[in-house]
Amino acid sequence: MSILVDETTKVICQGITGSAGAFHTKGCLDYGTKMVGGVTPGKGGQKDANGLPIFDTVADAVSATGATATMIFVPPPFAADSIVEAAAAGIDVICAITEGIPTQDMIRAKAALADFPKANLIGPNCPGVITPGRRVSGEGSEARFEDGCKIGIMPGYIHLAQEDATSGKAVGIISRSGTLTYEAVWQCSSLEIGQTTCIGIGGDPVKGLNFIELLDLFNDDPDTDGVVMIGEIGGSDETEAGHWIKDNMRKPVVAFIAGRTAPPGKRMGHAGAIIGGADDTAQAKMEALSACGVRVSESPADLGTTMADALGVPAAAMA
Amino acid sequence: MKIHEYQARQLLADAGVPVPSGAMVESVDAAVAEAKKIFDGGATLAVIKAQVHAGGRGKAGFVKLVKSVDEAKKAAEFMLTNRMVSPQTGAEGLAVRRLLIADGVDIDREFYLAITVDRARNTNTMIASAEGGVEIETVAEENPDAIIKTPLHPERGLEPYAARAVAFKLGFEGKQVGQAVAIMMRLAKLFTETDASLVEINPLIVTPPSEGHPNGRVLAIDAKFNFDDNALFRHKAIAALFDPSEENPSELRAKEHELSYVDLDGNIGCLVNGAGLAMSTMDIIKLHGGEPANFLDVGGSATEEAVREAFDIILADDRVQGVLVNIFGGIMQCDKIARAIVAAAKEVGFSVPLVVRLEGTNVGAARTILEEARRDIPTMVTATDLADAARKVCAAVAVPA
Repeated sequence: MSILVDETTKVICQGITGSAGAFHTKGCLDYGTKMVGGVTPGKGGQKDANGLPIFDTVADAVSATGATATMIFVPPPFAADSIVEAAAAGIDVICAITEGIPTQDMIRAKAALADFPKANLIGPNCPGVITPGRRVSGEGSEARFEDGCKIGIMPGYIHLAQEDATSGKAVGIISRSGTLTYEAVWQCSSLEIGQTTCIGIGGDPVKGLNFIELLDLFNDDPDTDGVVMIGEIGGSDETEAGHWIKDNMRKPVVAFIAGRTAPPGKRMGHAGAIIGGADDTAQAKMEALSACGVRVSESPADLGTTMADALGVPAAAMA
Repeated sequence: MKIHEYQARQLLADAGVPVPSGAMVESVDAAVAEAKKIFDGGATLAVIKAQVHAGGRGKAGFVKLVKSVDEAKKAAEFMLTNRMVSPQTGAEGLAVRRLLIADGVDIDREFYLAITVDRARNTNTMIASAEGGVEIETVAEENPDAIIKTPLHPERGLEPYAARAVAFKLGFEGKQVGQAVAIMMRLAKLFTETDASLVEINPLIVTPPSEGHPNGRVLAIDAKFNFDDNALFRHKAIAALFDPSEENPSELRAKEHELSYVDLDGNIGCLVNGAGLAMSTMDIIKLHGGEPANFLDVGGSATEEAVREAFDIILADDRVQGVLVNIFGGIMQCDKIARAIVAAAKEVGFSVPLVVRLEGTNVGAARTILEEARRDIPTMVTATDLADAARKVCAAVAVPA
């Protein structure tokens, strides 16, 4: 089991003819994702390098392929419109990978999404979502997988399906950061803890799914044994998630907050990663989460071992 | 992107928000001429303010009220020849190149007015308070009820009835209400039209009653704007307000190569891909007793040249006694980083210890490249994971007891 996406999910790529869109469509296909087509206005009727059909509009793509998920690589000035186009066409899972969308565009897009309650937006400015597949051959970055669904830019091979995990355990991972997500995944996989689904929610101030909505989904997923949440400085999302966890969560949650050494007032790469008041420092968030019963990892290198401890997975299971 | 107060005043004035008369000057002579104009116009008071992006100007002595042209001259001389040191500038302080000199209007009451993005609600929000002229953070802490928050509609923006309600709550009276509402409406429009991320007027003031204005006038005395960098592509005029002299030279150089760099005080240079991982790398260095010299996110699509440039920027900082490379390749391919390390080693040379931790896309090829170039990079040590990397770099720069 998993949340949001699985091996049956049909996926299109908006911006499939751009260099990033083309590169990652191939990456997702190679991982075993059911990529069924793409959208580039004006190129409808053509096929991409993998032989996937290209459509002028998302609506055309949906009616021809039955796609229910999309991966957006459209350039920033047009990306917010592409998000709303996907929602209006009936897409359920919208992964906006694009980095650098103007905040005002996202405010309007987010308001427009209220008309499409079925649409789940992930991102923007995120690595996407993956439900890992089973490894069928090969080792490390040469491994081949099947029955997984990777929608985004993450390296697939670092993930471990629950069926392949010798511990038999699997966790959900929710993160505001891209590469730090990979770090958490890698640590879990190295300890033979599988992943049900991993979601990068993105580093922008205005975004789609947030910690609480995803924690709720993982809470109800019978195969998810625990959740790793990775936050960072800026905003109050993690603290609010902490209160939700305290009242509702039935599974262990391990957290790390990046940016304890970040100076106030400086934007640390992500548009959302800037310390404003006293409450959005990493320290304040870590303390708030601890007070809500979340196991907070002091070091980003201890995420995996903290989760192993919470799940009762012995260190001896380490690959 | 931040702009100067004098530029922000101009944006406000152009949008129909009244500001006291004044001008930006770059020399003592110009300041004297401007002061003469203000006092000849009947003013009894003028204000001179250093135009720098850092805060804490008042306490540093770089905002002065003057009562004569002579006092204006002295204040201008002081500000243009001394460096401004405040908690926000660091010990070395900032050179002041520009001054704002404005009519020092009489103040009856002070208010606070701002618009920013409320990320919890995914909306723009207007923040107003009748306790103006002081730090809004202090008001928020000591008297949160004194802060009025009004969400702006995503399409319709600030609606007149909502602005009116705020004006009444703030205690504006008579003709002031209409003036305050007009200011709020224009400010909200300006905010969304320019893709601002913050606009702050502190204080917004009411002047004492006068013959022409029996209820006084509502004026913006100070103004601060930040803009969304991601939207500058559609605001050429605002992008042109950028003042590179206010930026850290290394940060500016990094930006030109689409690298995200923030200068810090420590001695361990960091080169990482991804903002979250870059912050975590700083955090783990600190946990192991070291001090990061910088935040540096090379991003996902950096070219090999940009990565070489990144090494150049890190090594140009003479406080750097060790470098930690931490790459978890997703879009970024590890072999690209490895080739950039080899190139940087040949061009600049790593005279300081270099600890490299690579994982992810194309890591096998990357390890081969580094292994083959090992003789060219004698100070290089490889690390197996994040903790190992932090331990090794902290040990390498530690001063023996």
